[in-house]
Amino acid sequence: MALPNSEFKNTKNLMNRETVSARIKRRLQMNEIFKYIFLAGLVFALVVLSTLIYDILSKGAGWVDLDFLRNFPSRRPEQAGLYPALIGSIWLMFLIVPMVFVIGVGAAIYLEEYAPKNRMTSFIEVNISNLAGVPSIVFGLLGLTIFVRVMELGNSIMAGALTLGLMSLPIVIVASQEALRAVKMELRHASLALGASKWQTTFNVVLPSAIPGIITGIILAVSRAIGETAPLIMVGAATFISTTPSSVFSDFTALPIQIYNWTSRPQAEFQNLAAAGIIVLMTMLIAMNSVAIYIRNKYTNRH
Amino acid sequence: MSWMKKSALLASITSVALVGAACGNNEEGGAAEGDALSGKVVMDGSSTVFPIMEAVAEEYSAEQPEVEVTVGVSGTGGGFKRFVTGETDFSNASREIKEEEAAEAEKNGVEFTQLAVALDGLSLVVNPANDWAQDITIEELKKMWTDTSVKTWKDVRSDWPDEEISFFAPGKDSGTYDFFDEKVLDEVDIRQDAQLSEDDNVLVTGVAGTEGAIGFFGFAYYLENQDTLRALKVEGIEPTHETINDLSYPLSREIYTYVNNASLKDKEQVADFARFMNENAADLSEEVGYVKMEQDRYDENMKMIDEIAGE
Repeated sequence: MALPNSEFKNTKNLMNRETVSARIKRRLQMNEIFKYIFLAGLVFALVVLSTLIYDILSKGAGWVDLDFLRNFPSRRPEQAGLYPALIGSIWLMFLIVPMVFVIGVGAAIYLEEYAPKNRMTSFIEVNISNLAGVPSIVFGLLGLTIFVRVMELGNSIMAGALTLGLMSLPIVIVASQEALRAVKMELRHASLALGASKWQTTFNVVLPSAIPGIITGIILAVSRAIGETAPLIMVGAATFISTTPSSVFSDFTALPIQIYNWTSRPQAEFQNLAAAGIIVLMTMLIAMNSVAIYIRNKYTNRH
Repeated sequence: MSWMKKSALLASITSVALVGAACGNNEEGGAAEGDALSGKVVMDGSSTVFPIMEAVAEEYSAEQPEVEVTVGVSGTGGGFKRFVTGETDFSNASREIKEEEAAEAEKNGVEFTQLAVALDGLSLVVNPANDWAQDITIEELKKMWTDTSVKTWKDVRSDWPDEEISFFAPGKDSGTYDFFDEKVLDEVDIRQDAQLSEDDNVLVTGVAGTEGAIGFFGFAYYLENQDTLRALKVEGIEPTHETINDLSYPLSREIYTYVNNASLKDKEQVADFARFMNENAADLSEEVGYVKMEQDRYDENMKMIDEIAGE
């Protein structure tokens, strides 16, 4: 509809009061609807999680006792325990954490602070991100070839830890890079302006501010590694072992392998043992994460 | 060239065996009662045989606590892969060693002996709601598991109802599948719409939850789930301890462990473990849900062990 006056030329896009209030109402409605959709997402996740936890606790809680932690696996469910698996997983954890911390954070510092920003660096970064998505069984094959066969570590804890460490590294490197990148440039400049060297700046200023983010990355990566079965089976970790490890070169088994074995047994009691094993594994992960969170909070408060 | 390769491999295997012997007990002679042994016994292979070997190792460690026994579950094929290179002392198997695996062992200079340890009956199971099928023939099984034009139970036998069949089977890497392939399928590929799972408990749940379902797995899984599943007679014979023990059940099978002859000869703890296993396999296999063999089979095993290990 053409308007007679040029003054009103643009008013065809204007709306009257009713339309405006209707539209605002619709926007507010949309606002509400999306709020509930997101809430539903959260509730769904929580319901699934709590069902899982309830299922595991109701099946397994009665089976977790001191004997369960101290005994070796047995054909009689009442006598079965996961002592060797628990010890194996603890060994793995103490080997993996320092390994990924030193190598992972080192690589991240080099890439963020030292490496020239060129094609080569971004090529390496893209590849590291891709490695984070490689299925764990592939790392298992790599571990079998390199650590077990070429380096002749055999089916030892060391071979298992190196394989899982290698699997965790990409995640640790990417997370550490993000954490380092988040440290304000001004902090670096201030330190350098005061005459500190690049290394002094990195170690005393950048790293402490980045530690919370780095630790979060390590928690995520190592938690995933501790729960892995496939790569350990690939490197030839045992399912039953009659002794506990005496050194990093001993044969071993780990919690996820033991749990997996119990779930595949025909007798229902073993399914309960598997649930009890999951409770132990979860407790171990929560304990590990609590330590990490404690360290993280200590550093967050300082900076 | 190949001769040189062979002899080099032989030499390296011999040296591995020697080192192994040196790590073990240096005392000469047989394992007299009361001797404290040490060293390693390395086992890998089938998850079907695992429960028996776990039980044997559990009992053995009470007798010889210094011997480190490890049992892995790489599967029958995965276990043989390690066994034929001389990496493991024992390889547990739910089928006999294949020709190509044996050839690989020969190439590597690994000699071995097959020891049957117990019996299992591959059980064909249906949902309890299935009140029509009581027994089935191998011929019918072959038809229904390979021919995709078979859609309903009526297609298998005309007096059975028009109920759709769902198929549940163990994964193709398992020894159980290989055995079924050999006895029933005759190397014809299993039908595409069969649901395969490496986890037998998934098969149990599947058959128990689907009215027209049929599935198969080891006897132990049927024994534990008799309240939710029903086993079919095969060629008129029901799978029971008796029919499996006397091999009259057509799908009875032996399950094995293969032992490396060099280990048996040179490592005292391996010979001792082999004897212990053979003496206890009958009782322990019954305890974990398998069926023991006739005593003369165990006597035969013992003769073979003694022959190679030397008394």
